[in-house]
Amino acid sequence: MIKGTVKIDEEICKGCELCIVACPQGSLGLSSHINTHGYRYVELIKDNCTGCINCAIVCPEPAITVYRQPKTTKSKVA
Amino acid sequence: MENKIPEEFEVVYCKPSTLTDMPMHYCPGCGHGIVNKILMEVVEELNIQDKTIGVAPVGCSVFAYNYMNIDMQEAAHGRASAVATGIKRVLPDRYVFSYQGDGDLAAIGTSETIHTVNRGENILMIFINNAIYGMTGGQMAPTTLIGQVTSTSPYGREAAAIGNPLKITDMLAQLPGAYYVSRHSIHTSNAIRKLKKAITKSFEYQKEKKGTCFIEVVSNCPSGWKMTPLESMKWIEEHMFPIYPLGDLKIPKEESKVTKENPN
Repeated sequence: MIKGTVKIDEEICKGCELCIVACPQGSLGLSSHINTHGYRYVELIKDNCTGCINCAIVCPEPAITVYRQPKTTKSKVA
Repeated sequence: MENKIPEEFEVVYCKPSTLTDMPMHYCPGCGHGIVNKILMEVVEELNIQDKTIGVAPVGCSVFAYNYMNIDMQEAAHGRASAVATGIKRVLPDRYVFSYQGDGDLAAIGTSETIHTVNRGENILMIFINNAIYGMTGGQMAPTTLIGQVTSTSPYGREAAAIGNPLKITDMLAQLPGAYYVSRHSIHTSNAIRKLKKAITKSFEYQKEKKGTCFIEVVSNCPSGWKMTPLESMKWIEEHMFPIYPLGDLKIPKEESKVTKENPN
């Protein structure tokens, strides 16, 4: 399975939770901490991200950058 | 959880360079942020940042000039399409779009909107329909649904006293000047992908000088509706879609012929 990961800008995130619902893997969750604007921000809670970019597409801020394992690496492994 | 990004990973999605670094003032989960972002992604992908002029009138859409790193012009309330007409006629080689809300486009600027589309001005009009006046505190708009509680219709909108929701997109699709009229939403990632395709298509039509392209975006207003962002997305599906069904209302004749002959 292709592995990916996300980087979330904690200061811009307003914790609207749209990305949490959009994620097919259930990788995202609300943090127990708050940012300087007083919002509970979203963070990666599981290591099963596939880099499908659904979370980043629905993010209104946009606070999410998505990274993915390059396809060439996969062919080397195979 | 500590999140370290491995060095070999490549960026597959990041904030478009056509958006400024300013944090958005919109409420959490607001559809405006999504549409701003998608619009600027299209501008980045078509590489027309220096040739695009946006017109934003009054409403929550007014601060678009803070976020979109392109030439922007403010317009009086409801008059964005008239200002966009002027800009497009003086600078016909630019890509001009107006970015309006429902109180602006369907109430205060109804006449400007109808006449701009009737003249077939070669611009793109983006209409954010969230069934409420969001910025001023959630008052009733022409697009408010029957029975919807707002601060100026505390017992719900009654058709007998105030009339039915104004389907302005359906009206505009009847006009000969309209070239491409479509209704989209922002409630899921797939719907947003479709919206992006429609905006890309509209800019391409504008390049070919085809006529007015009109895109309605069925959006949410969590603060005005007194809901959480997730509840508001569900509310869109349950209550807005029966009145404002998604899909193309008017597609170019050339394309409709192709689809009839080759349904696949």
